[in-house]
This record gives sequence, C-alpha cells and structure tokens, in this order.
Amino acid sequence: MDMPAPDLGVIARKARILARLRGILPADAVIDAPEELRVYECDALTAYRCPPLAAVLPRTTDEVSRVLRLCREEGVPVVPRGSGTSLAGGAMPTADSVILGVARMNAVLETDYENRFIRVQAGRTNLSVSGAVEAEGFFYAPDPSSQLACAIAGNIAMNSGGAHCLKYGVTTNNLLGVTLVQMDGTVVTLGGPWGEPAGLDLLGVVCGSEGQLGVVTEAWLRILPKPEGARPVLVGFDSNEVAGACVSDIIKAGILPVAIEFMDRPCIRATEAFARAGYPDCEALLIIEVEGSEAEISEQLARIRQIALAHDPVEFREAADEDQAKRIWLGRKSAFGAMGQINDYMCLDGTIPVSSLPHVLKRIGEMSREFGLDVGNVFHAGDGNMHPLILFNANKPGDLEKCEAFGAEILKLCVEVGGCLTGEHGVGIEKRDLMGVQFSAADMEAQMWVKDVFDPKWLLNPAKVFPLGVSAGRRAG
Amino acid sequence: MRPSSEAELAEAVAGARGPLLVRGGGTRTLGHAVGEVLETGGLSGVELYEPGALTLVVRAGTPLAEVEAVLAGERQRLAFEVPDLRGLLGREGVSTIGGVVAANASGPRRVQVGAARDACLGARFVDGAGMVVKNGGRVMKNVTGYDLVKLMAGSRGTLGVLTEVSFKVQAIPEAEATLVIEGLGDAAGLAALRAALGSPFDVSGAARHSGRSLVRVEGMAGSVAYRVTQLRARLGGDVTVAEGEESAALWREVRDVVPVRDKPGEIWRIVTLPTAAAEIVAQLEGEALWDWGGGLIWLVLPHGKGADLAAAVAGRGHATRITGQGGPVFPPEAPEVAALVAGLKAKFDPRGILNRGMMG
Repeated sequence: MDMPAPDLGVIARKARILARLRGILPADAVIDAPEELRVYECDALTAYRCPPLAAVLPRTTDEVSRVLRLCREEGVPVVPRGSGTSLAGGAMPTADSVILGVARMNAVLETDYENRFIRVQAGRTNLSVSGAVEAEGFFYAPDPSSQLACAIAGNIAMNSGGAHCLKYGVTTNNLLGVTLVQMDGTVVTLGGPWGEPAGLDLLGVVCGSEGQLGVVTEAWLRILPKPEGARPVLVGFDSNEVAGACVSDIIKAGILPVAIEFMDRPCIRATEAFARAGYPDCEALLIIEVEGSEAEISEQLARIRQIALAHDPVEFREAADEDQAKRIWLGRKSAFGAMGQINDYMCLDGTIPVSSLPHVLKRIGEMSREFGLDVGNVFHAGDGNMHPLILFNANKPGDLEKCEAFGAEILKLCVEVGGCLTGEHGVGIEKRDLMGVQFSAADMEAQMWVKDVFDPKWLLNPAKVFPLGVSAGRRAG
Repeated sequence: MRPSSEAELAEAVAGARGPLLVRGGGTRTLGHAVGEVLETGGLSGVELYEPGALTLVVRAGTPLAEVEAVLAGERQRLAFEVPDLRGLLGREGVSTIGGVVAANASGPRRVQVGAARDACLGARFVDGAGMVVKNGGRVMKNVTGYDLVKLMAGSRGTLGVLTEVSFKVQAIPEAEATLVIEGLGDAAGLAALRAALGSPFDVSGAARHSGRSLVRVEGMAGSVAYRVTQLRARLGGDVTVAEGEESAALWREVRDVVPVRDKPGEIWRIVTLPTAAAEIVAQLEGEALWDWGGGLIWLVLPHGKGADLAAAVAGRGHATRITGQGGPVFPPEAPEVAALVAGLKAKFDPRGILNRGMMG
C-alpha cells in the first residue's frame, strides 16, 4: 500500500507546530508521546500502520476551527477520526499529519420528539444515540455492526449502512443537518432539523466524503418511533440460485422485511463450530426479519412462508419466542468472529445487483480455488451488499498480498456485473487504487472538484479515496 | 436544440455560444433563466428494469407518465410520490423523469420514504463544458466515491444536464386507508398529525387543509386495518375512514396542492419544523395547506409579504416563492454557504451557461 512521502518540512517544524497547538488547546488535548500515539497508528484496517505527527482531541467546534486554521497555515495534513473503526483505512495517518479525534465531543445537545430529531456532537457513538431516545420509544435507524463503538462522525464520513437499511435507508437518508468546519476554520451549517435544503444539497455530498471536505462537529439526526416488535425466520436452501430466487420473489411480492441476511456453506459451518446456533448444514441460509405488532408480524411471515415453501427449502424455522429469535441471529452476529477463529481474514464490501448473486457466488468459488484461499460469504441480500471474508495467514509471507489480489478480483467482478466497490465501508486507502475500475477519469475529476472547493489545498485526509496518481497534481506532497 | 443521444447533448453543450435553458418538460421549473432552449426529451426510454431487485434505470427525458406506467405493470411505483404541479404553476407539457430529479420532487410520502434524492441511486450528466460524468450506480448500497447524485438532485440544471437516472422503486402496497379527522382547530389538528407521526404505526401521509386533518397508512390489508384502529383510538376528533381509491384521491389533492392552488395571491412553499407550523400561519394570516405533519406549508399570501414571511421562518426553516411576480424565488443562502455554492458552480459550469441565474 503506497502512501505519499511525508512532507519533511512539516516534520522538521514539529516542535513549533506542537507548541502552537498547545497554545490554542487545553494541555490534555494535544498528544505527541510516542506510546500514546500508538493507538492512532491505524484504524480497524490493522494491516497498515504509521504514527502521526501528533493527535489532538478538541472538545468544541471552536477548538476544531482553531486547530484546522493553524494546520492550514502550517501546511499540515489533518486526518479526522471518529472512533477508529474504519475497515477501509479511512482514519489512517501519515507521518506528517495531525490526527483530529472527535471522541471527546460526545454530548447530546437537543432531543425533540415532536419534531422527531436529535442533535448530537459528532463523537457520540451510534448506539448511544438510540440509547438517548430509547426511553421515549424512539431509535436512530442506521445500525452498522460496529455500532457499539463507531462514532456518528465516522458514520457521516462513510455514509454507513447496516443490517436494517433495506427498510430504513443508510446514513444519508437519516441525516438532517451538520455543523461542518472547513480546513480554513470556517464554520458552516448545512441542512437543519427541518430536513430539506432551499438550495443545493451540500449536505448530501458531505455525507460519504470520507473526511475530505471538512470536520463534522455536530449533527441533526432523524429519529423514528420504535416498531412494536420484530421477529426473524431462518430458511435453508440446498442451492445459492434458489436462495437468490426466493429473495427476489419476496421483494417482488411487495413485502419489505427490515433485513434479509444471507450466509453460504463455508460461513454456516464456521459459525456452527464457533457459536452452535443450531443452523442446518446447507448450501445457503437466509435470515429474514419483519417488524410490527404480533398480528402484523404473523401476516407478513405467513406470506414469506408461502413464498419460501414454493422454493422447497431444506428448513424453514420461525422463532416462537425471544430466545429462539436470539438463536437465529446468534450465528449471523458471530460470523465474523467465527471466521476469525479459523484464520486472519479480510472483509470485502462490494455491492452487486441481487439478480447477479448466483453468478457472483459461483465465480468467487472458482477464484477461491485458483488463489488457494478459503472464502466465506455473509451479506445483506435484500440490497446486494456482499461481505466475502477471505481467510489468510498474516504470518505466512506472501499470503496478505495474495489475499489482496483475490479481493481486488472479487471487487472487479462486482463492478463488472453492474455493482460497486464498496457498499458501506468506504474507499479509504483500501479500495483507493481500484477507483479506476468503476470510474472514468472524468467521473473522478468531477468528484475532485468538490474537494477543490471545500479544501483548495487538499490538506484534509488527502491520501484517501482517489488513486495517488490521479490526485497527485492537487495534493501538496 | 433537442439532441437524441447523450453524445449529441454533450456536443451541443460543448459547442454552445451562449447561455442554455435546460428543459425537461418545463412543468415544474422555478426561477428565471434565459438562453437557447436545450430539450432533453430526445433522450427517452427505459434502459433497465429489474422488478425483483427494485431497480429502474431510465433516460432523463423519458416522460414521467411512461415511467409510472412501466412500474405499474409490475405493481411497483416511485415511492416519493411525484407531484403534478402543472395546475399550480399554470403550465402545460409533459413532465420528464430528469426534471423530477433536477427539482428533487417529493410528495406527502416524504415523511416515510424521503424525496427523489433518497430514491435516486445513480445518474449520468453532462457538465457545463460538455464532459460526460457518471456517479452512483444501480445498486442500493454504494459509497464508492463522493455522492454527486445528491448534489445533482435539486440543482435544477445549474450544475449539469442529467442524461440518465436510476432509482430504487417500491412495490405498491395491497391496501391503504386514510383517517379523516374533523372538529379540531388548526393547532389541535396539527398536534394530531405530530402524534400520528410519533406513533409506531408507520404513517405514510400526514396533512391538513379545509379544517380536516388526514393521516394515511399503507401496507397489507390486515396491518392497515390494525393501524387504523390503533390511530383512531389515540387521535381524538371526529374520525371517518377513507379506503382504497377514495383514500388515494385525497392524497392526490394534497400532493398537487389542489386545495389552495386557485386562491388569489402568491403561493409560497415553506419548509419548517412541524411545531412551528400553526404559529407561522396564524402570524401571517394566510390560507394554508399543511403536509409532512406541518413540516411543509403551502401558504397563500397577498403580494409583497415576502419579507414578513422570511422574518417569520428565520431560524426555523425557509420559504420559496412558487407563484406571483417580483422579488426572489429562492431564499438567500448564508454567506459561507453561498461561497461554496459559487465555487461548485464555477467548477461544474465554468462558463456559467447552464440555467444561469435560475437559483439566484
């Protein structure tokens, strides 16, 4: 993985930059001790590490503004960081950069149930947003698997999804407004609790811009009344094609489950060995969850049962109570951990049209044999967002490179069948060099114009998203 | 000019010698621009439709009616409930799907499913220099690169000319019903809408006009019946229930602004907080149609009330002038936002030829 050569001038001015940072922030908000910087060397993409020049942990929008203005004056790249759970290296620093962590900005600023929004500081964790409104019967819908740890700031940067976005959409569909600090220190409000902009939808392009346009310090989020109840069913099939056809038929019938999760045989076996959820040993397994009152759940499940049985499943299991519901979800929720027990793994995130599912799974199986690496597939079937988990041995020389090459081939396949490189994790550094597979030079140029406008010197998270060769003329380094 | 392909359109834009007035069907255009008319109607037809994946890819000049007919053939629809504003704006012509996206159109169901921007998965467009750009795609989850689709939705042709758009579509539910609540004043009637939207009963419409509040639920028959019963018990007032086509007709009226569109005066579209909705209207003494639980107000005012209205919504929303002459159509942006908008326009349309001045 190439990263730009650090600006040696910046590194030479380290003492002065730190002194200036200490001049504008409280003493405990500036970190430069090597042992304390270790935690900022990487995010959840742990294969790549680099200690930053320093890390700062501001507590207010004003402090963020002062830090950015100072770094711009000094020509120091800034890497924004939420909770550091990015699987794409979105928060990975370079040696000449300052990490700007928003973790200390985690307050709830306002809850308004009548207008159905909450305003929070962006360092607040995803799950604790729902936690703040739960007592009143509300929740925040996007639910990435890292929701216990991940910050709203990172969710906005990556436009995060989750298991339930088939019904509720992803972050951009639930984000009403932000306070954004630009690299020159300008504080701008985009959107607001009323939801619709009068002019251009700048909020829409900030969401998913991977921390390259500004630092989000506060956000207005839509909150929804919690449904009365939810229940999953498990359906096993002896072929991926049939499982895919079943998903398609359910969607076509007009039923909108909140989640349709898919696991293939390698993944089922791994999770069974690990979590013993009692899954059938079959080729493909679907977990379908519906919501509503008892009567509404029964009505939907009856329809799903009718459709699924027409496809001759090897198993159809409805959860009779809360305990059985938990067991159905147990295996799915343990899937990543189970694969991790077997070996190191790399988690991919491409999306495909649902109709291409059988073809893509067949090709992944063939490639698995060609590369000599095992792969398990677990994914959000309703929206085609795949998470192939490629197993490799990090201690075996050459295995990581082989795994990355295999991963790149899978992502190219996703694009080839009409899908995309990343459905919810983001590009970061991980998929940066594959952008040309999906986009033409013109497509990327138009995206980079937006960065030119928000951050003309390209100092915010500059080595991400666009291939280094493509962004070279714009970046300072 | 009426190009018949994306390549021709790109050539036309690249070779333009002066401002261009980009036009789909001209049925929902707001604001004023002058220039040679560039019609998109020659770029027509469905590229791809996969009912089982809820996805549709269509050329931008395709008539909205044709898109709706294709979807209806599979018992599907555009979820965001596109308004027909021809009656309101006094226009004729054929609405195109590109115009729907360029205006970021949305109807009553916005409270449940969002606007055009939320259903739009991808787009192709020609920028002001004639460069063809694609963004997004045709899958529901896609965070690859920046989301220019959101930027294009609602940009009214000022950043680029849409040539193709793709959507997440929705199955038409088997049943719908509307609770019609009478006997409540505006404040109480709007409070009832907020209560409905704050309930777990998945309300897909919450509007008020002519002294009646309307609350809609859609879905499977048993579920609709259950939710109607639950909502009736909670909302108070004198409730009657309209079902099926009778319910649908009520929402077409709200969607197309029928209740206030022929009243004398100027019509404003106000986006605000639901809790501010009753007070804003009381303060200005205009006749109103409230949608989105009060978050959207279509308000009839005498000419010259723009400044009073701007003061009334300051800090809690914004107002756009839909009909009437004189004064700005779109509200001014804050200076730091205006600087970003100007920067983007200079990049996407360096010659400033696309719908010049349309959005102020």
